Amino acid sequence: MLSDFGIVLLALIFAALAILLVLGISWLFRPKKPTVEKLMTYESGEDPIGNANIRFNIRFYVIALIFILFDVELVFLFPWATVFGNSNYIQQSNGLWGWFTLAEMFIFILVLALGLAYVWAKGHLEWVKPEIKTPKIKSKIPMNMYENVNKKYSENEF
Amino acid sequence: MNFETLDKDVHIKTGESEVILTSIDELANWARANSIWPMGFGLACCAIEMMATYASNYDLERFGVFPRNSPRHSDLMIISGTVTFKMADRISRLYEQMPDPKYVISMGSCSNCGGPYWEHGYHVVKGVDRVIPVDVYVPGCPPRPEALIGGILKLQEKIKSQKIADLKK
Repeated sequence: MLSDFGIVLLALIFAALAILLVLGISWLFRPKKPTVEKLMTYESGEDPIGNANIRFNIRFYVIALIFILFDVELVFLFPWATVFGNSNYIQQSNGLWGWFTLAEMFIFILVLALGLAYVWAKGHLEWVKPEIKTPKIKSKIPMNMYENVNKKYSENEF
Repeated sequence: MNFETLDKDVHIKTGESEVILTSIDELANWARANSIWPMGFGLACCAIEMMATYASNYDLERFGVFPRNSPRHSDLMIISGTVTFKMADRISRLYEQMPDPKYVISMGSCSNCGGPYWEHGYHVVKGVDRVIPVDVYVPGCPPRPEALIGGILKLQEKIKSQKIADLKK
């Protein structure tokens, strides 16, 4: 007698065989005419350049994480919306159902909003920009000397 | 079985005799003719008519015609519009990248023969058949959706008359 796992194994074997059979039939009857251009990487008819594995800016990482936060929020909001207005439940609980589910959802959104506030306060929503450092040197010549020179020559129109 | 006509009553298989005999050629042609997948690309104003033909009013999908995004999936290339020399490079490469057997419908005057650019269009290929082999020419400027459907029916006729042995050569 086959065990349950034996049936799964049989299903896997037959699935593999069926796929091999279909692939074999198409291998028998299809024309095989490979050319250099046919085997080339498809890039909308252009010359394929470089590698498909391109570098991606690491700064998108936090943005993607925050996006998932709100993505998941929406995923949970839709099933909630289908049971929120259920008139059967509202009648059975004398209207308590609506307030209960509403409160539940607001708690859920509040937790997520706290997460967003945390991210905002921590400055993760700031797009990190390269900091331009002006070189500081100790010089005996005061900086207003240059300003005077610049001012003097900017008045002359060339 | 003859393929003189595409009338349904000639080709219908009722199953009355409980056994259906067919040849591999006929079976493969039947499958190929009824699932022509064109490459999803349009060149010029004919593409607007082509899109209208894909859309709900004319509904090309009832012929099994369904645009694909890659030449690797496609059987058919509908040249819908003016072929410029700049595009001709790409068209011939995309045609090369389609797997055999592959078919080409030249849609509209521009791709048939250059159309209004036949004399002074320095940038226009005078007929896409100078670049790639064409199976069916659909006349018109631009052809109405009915004309394109007619072209696809003609192509189905052509597909139904082919033999696997010839294709494999």
